Amino acid sequence: MKENRNVKRVVAGIVLAVAFSCITVGLARQEQLEVLGKAVNICLECIGIG
Amino acid sequence: MPGVHRNRIKISFQRIVQLAAAALFNGYAAGFRRGRIFTGSSKAVCVPVLNCYSCPGALGACPIGALQTAVGGVRPHFPFYVLGLLMLFGVALGRVSCGLLCPFGLVQDLLHKAPGPKFQPPRRIDKPGRYIKYVVFLFLVLLLPGPPYFCKYICPAGTLSGGIPLLLANPELQKAAGALFDWKLLILAVILMVSVFIHRPFCRYLCPLGAFYSVFNRFSLCQMHLDASKCVDCGKCQRSCPMAVEVTGDLNSPECIRCGKCKEVCSTHAISWEFLFKLRKQKKEASGGRGRI
Repeated sequence: MKENRNVKRVVAGIVLAVAFSCITVGLARQEQLEVLGKAVNICLECIGIG
Repeated sequence: MPGVHRNRIKISFQRIVQLAAAALFNGYAAGFRRGRIFTGSSKAVCVPVLNCYSCPGALGACPIGALQTAVGGVRPHFPFYVLGLLMLFGVALGRVSCGLLCPFGLVQDLLHKAPGPKFQPPRRIDKPGRYIKYVVFLFLVLLLPGPPYFCKYICPAGTLSGGIPLLLANPELQKAAGALFDWKLLILAVILMVSVFIHRPFCRYLCPLGAFYSVFNRFSLCQMHLDASKCVDCGKCQRSCPMAVEVTGDLNSPECIRCGKCKEVCSTHAISWEFLFKLRKQKKEASGGRGRI
């Protein structure tokens, strides 16, 4: 069980590192602005009109 | 106290967190009154739950909507930012987001409290049915080119928290609503109705965000732990699990939404929350080692 927990920790650590890397790359490419641009306008598709 | 009738309302930990999260993610109260949505910079950040960014109160962006915009929008690209955030939420919380934070989960939970017969779908239907959410995530969210299929044709959370409040407050939008809105209303009505009889049907079978988070459940930082030495095999946890997870055999199953019901009913306190990277020394596991941790 201890081994199991260690494996989980390693996997979680790797995924965390990948997640932070992806966020950093996304921020460098200014993808957050695309999210903001979509989110501040009413999404007609989301509400069932568009 | 003799002679005094005390009428107490018991609110569970889960319900308190759910209500707080719903208020936090939809804190722009003025939006409901004006029929407009929030336009502040916090909307550049995704929330960890299915919470439509066209909900008048929404303070953050919906991760599924943002993901669909990135992969199927005007300039499709690999969604580094949104995928990174989703992975971060997934590995930090697993399906805690589903059980404790999701406002649409709260709606389903409350509807399931309504009087009426309660069903646990037969295993031969329930088990394969749970794979539908992965198909929804892969095809309707990620792979199919074109419009955001999930948001446009299915998402009941968008209809409930975005469509209905906006249409009620905005006559221009009412004029624009047509057959598509009727279709989405129908989907919403069916899911809400089924929620009275079956616990969280949308989370079980359809939610693409739940499908994504379920992949992380076994190694997310928030885990459930079963102390086999304290377990007396009474089966209370099994019977209380709303998602029909095999609690003593597979406690951190991808289907566990971390609602904490099993922990709540365990009279021997054999089930507990566990942080994967906790600093204190682990207690020596009981011999026998029943159940995956």
